[in-house]
Parts: sequence; structure tokens; C-alpha cells
Amino acid sequence: MTSQTKQTEMLSGAAMVIRALADEGVEYLYGYPGGAVLHIYDALFQQSKVKHVLVRHEQAATHMADAYARATGKAGVVLVTSGPGATNAVTGIATAYMDSIPMVVLTGQVMSHLIGDDAFQETDMLGISRPICKHNMSVRRPEDIPAIIKKAFYIAQSGRPGPVVIDIPKDMTIPSQTFPYHYPSEVKLRSYQPKLKGHSGQIKKAITALLAAKKPILYAGGGVIMGGASDELTELAQLLNLPVTNTLMGLGCYPASDKQFIGMLGMHGSYEANQTMHHADLILAVGARFDDRVTNNTKKFCPDATIIHIDIDPASISKTINAHIPIVGLVKPVLSEMLELLQQKKKKLDSAALKKWWQQIDEWRAVHGGRYDSDSPLLKPQYVIEQVSKITKGNAFICSDVGQHQMYAAQYYGFNKPNRWINSGGLGTMGFGLPAAMGVKLNFPDDDVVCVTGEGSIQMNIQELSTCKQYGLGVKIINLNNGYLGMVKQWQDMNYESRYASSYMDSLPDFVKLAEAYGHVGIRVTEPEQLMPALERAFALKDQLVFLDIHIDPKEHVYPMQIPGGAMNEMFLSKTERT
Amino acid sequence: MRHIISVLLENESGALARLVGLFAQRGYNIDSLTVAPTEDATLSRLTLVTHGNDQVIEQITKQLHKLIEVVKLTDLNDAPHLERELMLVKVKASGAQRDEVKRCADIFRGQIIDVTASTYTVQLVGTSDKLDAFIQALTGTPILEVVRSGVSGIARGEKTLAL
Repeated sequence: MTSQTKQTEMLSGAAMVIRALADEGVEYLYGYPGGAVLHIYDALFQQSKVKHVLVRHEQAATHMADAYARATGKAGVVLVTSGPGATNAVTGIATAYMDSIPMVVLTGQVMSHLIGDDAFQETDMLGISRPICKHNMSVRRPEDIPAIIKKAFYIAQSGRPGPVVIDIPKDMTIPSQTFPYHYPSEVKLRSYQPKLKGHSGQIKKAITALLAAKKPILYAGGGVIMGGASDELTELAQLLNLPVTNTLMGLGCYPASDKQFIGMLGMHGSYEANQTMHHADLILAVGARFDDRVTNNTKKFCPDATIIHIDIDPASISKTINAHIPIVGLVKPVLSEMLELLQQKKKKLDSAALKKWWQQIDEWRAVHGGRYDSDSPLLKPQYVIEQVSKITKGNAFICSDVGQHQMYAAQYYGFNKPNRWINSGGLGTMGFGLPAAMGVKLNFPDDDVVCVTGEGSIQMNIQELSTCKQYGLGVKIINLNNGYLGMVKQWQDMNYESRYASSYMDSLPDFVKLAEAYGHVGIRVTEPEQLMPALERAFALKDQLVFLDIHIDPKEHVYPMQIPGGAMNEMFLSKTERT
Repeated sequence: MRHIISVLLENESGALARLVGLFAQRGYNIDSLTVAPTEDATLSRLTLVTHGNDQVIEQITKQLHKLIEVVKLTDLNDAPHLERELMLVKVKASGAQRDEVKRCADIFRGQIIDVTASTYTVQLVGTSDKLDAFIQALTGTPILEVVRSGVSGIARGEKTLAL
């Protein structure tokens, strides 16, 4: 046998799909079978390299793959059937797209000759997914499958990452029709060549501006995490003694326990982070996109600041806030180049000015300091998160759903490592948390993986408790149960005179019994003193899923909270105080 | 401000839909759009007329660049350029109007390319302004149908948009 004959191995389209995934190094495929993908499932069955995880709803498959990508930086892979299988995956694709998460989604399609005929389980998935994915493609010739899959991974994982959808008509995968298989080692596209290095002239300009600053701030987002640049960012911040704030997506890219960390910024950012941003004379924005949940009113945004903006996506620069010194490139090489220049120059910022700036920041720190009513006889959600952080030593993967609990987790857990905070920041997808935790647990079986959720969010994908049983996924579910859609209720309290239109969840299930019905452990916590013993028990049960149904103060609000229409630093600090 | 954006696009199915979808999705305007394959069968050339302030136009060009199938693009307004649009106008041409339409078409260097006892079809090529002016000049002549191609544009001089 020569290597030539090896290269011309004949495979069916279905076998090529699975082989290409194996050659790409994919270990897990998350999905749900159906008519249009049965050939592919049969090919999957006949090999052992790529393992399949059967979810209970396609949305969960996408969130599992997405969370794997968030935790590892590598694209997660999904396989679903045509029609409803594909449309059920849409929310997950959009979730990944909004947070720039690499993912490859294979959707089945009806036979080519039936496309356009309104055939059974036909839907125009290319049309549906077009505005919510980085790219999509359809297979027109089975022999193209390896090249298309390679291209999908390349596009998904390079530049600004994102999900890529491949639509595969059933006749492209017929087992009896075989074609020569060759998996390409690289892809070159004349129309897509993402920039890697930043412009050196711009980087020099940025250094000059940075060194001249008297009131600087480093504002770092999810791009630092996906760009694997936490170390460089931390080094830069510590070299220059810069205050660091993180976006919701950037939490963990700078250690929260470090004294230079001033908390998350934005709508529910810390008082000191929002004040520091507002009064800064220089903002070094790294892999962040000046999202509306950060800037508040863009017209009042940081009036005195010179803005340096480093981002891989030129379209993110000067989209909402004008950047004075834009740098397009991957954050890692750009930060490395900045560090090199700074080390050569051996210059630092004006130390007297910086000292004064830090004094000011420390005064702001003392104003709110993440306080909450810790004397309350009721269980406070902030306290619960603090205790979870304590028992997991701040090292767990925290996979959050969407709502008040998400903000408490972001504010009170204290992330010291990147890729440990897994949440749907851009799309705000309720139902994300449990499947996300499952995706992480499957790939990190020895780590503590926590799903922080609420009784609203958890019910959006609660069926996945069954998948957890099947694959032995020992996720710890922290259900902050306040009987309300908490964030909706908070807005109704603040803006609608507490008219709780459809924000009260009547007829909640008994979550403990529900967990038990699925074969897991359920623990109910209603009093503060029950919390720690319950957590200890839960985390001691290493391989078991434990559902902690924690009844918290239903009246609690998330603070600080920016005042709508105001500047960065205009905030409510509690129910009775505002700036 | 009005801008003419020229795009070289991979001649693949779905590429045009993606580009047009981008405009709908992000709330940008398309005033006119022309698209056809080029001498290189793998590429389409597309000319798009849009309007917006500088920030909007900058976002449009950046967002277009992000589309995987967009190979190259240029904002023709950045440099001297030529633009042409083709118009076919079918008008009622009877009695005194018959001579009047012919005179008017001659003045605008149009050609009458189809004739019936009661109608003329005039073909006119020029800038969009010139085509507008011709329509204006036809006052009193009943217009039966107007077909415009949308603008095609190219840079003046040696500047090219090519691979």
C-alpha cells in the first residue's frame, strides 16, 4: 500500500462528514437524529473516534457545543436534522454569534431535488441562519464535503470567531455512493484574510498616548478571553499599574482578587468601575465593543477620554463610540508588541498623577463596595454566590442562565481565571445555563461545574436533566428561586410601579422531587443556616448532579444599576440611593 | 450623502442574498443595485448606491468587508469616477406629442428603439441626474412605463477594482 492509495480512500458523503470531524480532532458531537441526517448517524455509529451526545432538545446541543468553545477556545460541533431540528438550533446559533463563539453546526436538509418543494421537514436553513452566523454553506457535491468542513472550522475559529452552518442535503450522504476522501491541511480564501498583527505605527501612537495619561483605565472584554491574551493583558496592566475593569464577557481575563481590579463595568457594573471610566482621560479598550449595556447614553459617554481601541473586527471600532487610536489585530500579538515597546522604552506613567488617580479610585471603592443587606433574616442571593465561591475556592466553571442571578454571579463570584465564566452576554438567552454546564462538565469531568440559574431560566431547558443522567454529568445546579422572573420584576418595580405583568411564576414544580424523578439528588434550602451544609453535601457528591433549590429573598434587586439615559457614572446604588 | 460602492463578490449562490440581507438587517438604505458576472466567471461585480452620513457609510463598508464572499470593495466617491445608468421609457406618442418626444430624446442624446402608431420607447444612458431631467422634460407627455437599470460605476484614470 503506498501513501498515494491511502489518500484516495473511497468514502460515502456520510462517512466523510464523520471522518473529517475526526481529522479535525473533534471528540464530541452534540446533536439529535432525524430523517435527513440518518446516513450521517449511521456512519457515526460505525466508528468510535467521534462520540455523540444525545440531547433532549436541539437548542441544548448548540449551547453544549458553545460552552465547550467558551471553555477551550476551540469550535464546538453540532449535528441536527432538517426542518424543526434546524430551527430548534437557531437560538443557540444566535447566542454563539452574539458572543463571537466558534461553532460548526451541521444541519440536515431534504434531498436536493426536493429543495423548494415544501417537502417534509424542509426549511430554508441557509436563509434562516444567514443573519445569525458568521458564514453558511450548503453541500452541492459529496466530494466537496472535506473541503467545506475544513473551511467551516477555519472561518469559525479565525479572525473574530463565530458560528458557521453547513446545510447537507440527504442525497449528499448516500452510503452506497463513495468518493475519494482527502482532508485538506489548510484553507486559503482570497476573500477572507483576517488581519493578525496590529499596525506598528498605531501601536506606537497608542503607547505615547498611554504614557501621557494621568487618569487611565484598562477596559477589557471577551476578545481577550477568546484571543487567549489574559497573560499579556495582566502583564501590561501590572507593568503600568493601570486600574482594570472587565465587561460581562471579559470576566476572568484579569484576576478579580488583584487590587488593580475594580470590577465589572456597565449597567450592573461596580460603582468604582463606572466612575473610573467616566472620569478617565484615557481608555485602553481591548477586545471589547462599547456595547449599549456598557456605555449607557453614548452622548454622555466618558467626555474627557482619549480612546485606544484594539479589536480584531474593524467594524467594532468606532461603531458606537469613536476611537481616537484604532488598532485592528488579534489582541494577543498587539498586546505583546505593546509590552515589548514599553520594556524597551523603560518609561512609566507619571507616578504622582497615577497615585492621585488611585486615591480617587479607592474613595469610589468605599462608596458602595458591593454591599447588600447581609443582616437580613432572608437568604440573599449575593450571599449564596459568595458561599459558592468559597466552597469552590473561586476555581469552578460558573455557567449562568440569564437574569438577576446572572448579575449576582458576575458581581460576587470573583473570577481569577479566563474561560471559567460561561454566560450568554450578547443575546441574553434564558435556558443557556444548564446545557452550557453540561458541555463544560463533559469535557472537564474533574472540575467543579456550577449552573447558576433561576426558576425561570432553568425551566427553559429542564428536559436536559435526562441527558445529564444518561452521560453522568455531575453538574451542581444553584437555583436561586425567588418565585419571580426577577429581572423583569426589578424593572417593573422601578419603571411600572410594581405592576407585575406576567412576571410571577405560579405553579412551580417541586424541584427536589423533579431532580429525584430524573435520578438526581435534590436539596431544598430555605434558611441561611442551611446553605453551607447543603453546599458541602452537594460538592462532596462528586459525580452526581445535585439540584439545590435555594429560596431567596424575592424582593432583592441588583445594584448598582445605571440610570437609563444617563452617563456611565449615573447609578442607582440601592432602592433608596442614587448618584 | 449619496455614495456609490463597487463590490467584487464571489459568484456563488447565496452571496448576493447575504449582501442584500446585511442592508435589511442593519437598517441601511439601498437606492439602487446592479449586479452581473465579470470577465472572470468566478466573480460578480456589483454597484450599490446608498446614502448616509460618514459614520454610516464607514459601517456599511466595514460590514460588507466582513462578509466572507466579498473579495474587494471601494467607495467610488473617494476619487473621481464615472457613473452611468440605462433607462427605457415608454411614452404615449401621438399627434403633436410625437414630434415633441423625438426632439426631446434627441436633445438628451436618447434613441427611440421601438415604435408603434401611438407609442415610442426611448433608450437613454447617463448619470441618474440626467435621466431624472429627461423625465422632467417630458411634461405633458403621458409616460406609460419607466425601467431603470440602477447605476454602474467605475473609477476614472488608472485606478481599478480588480484582483
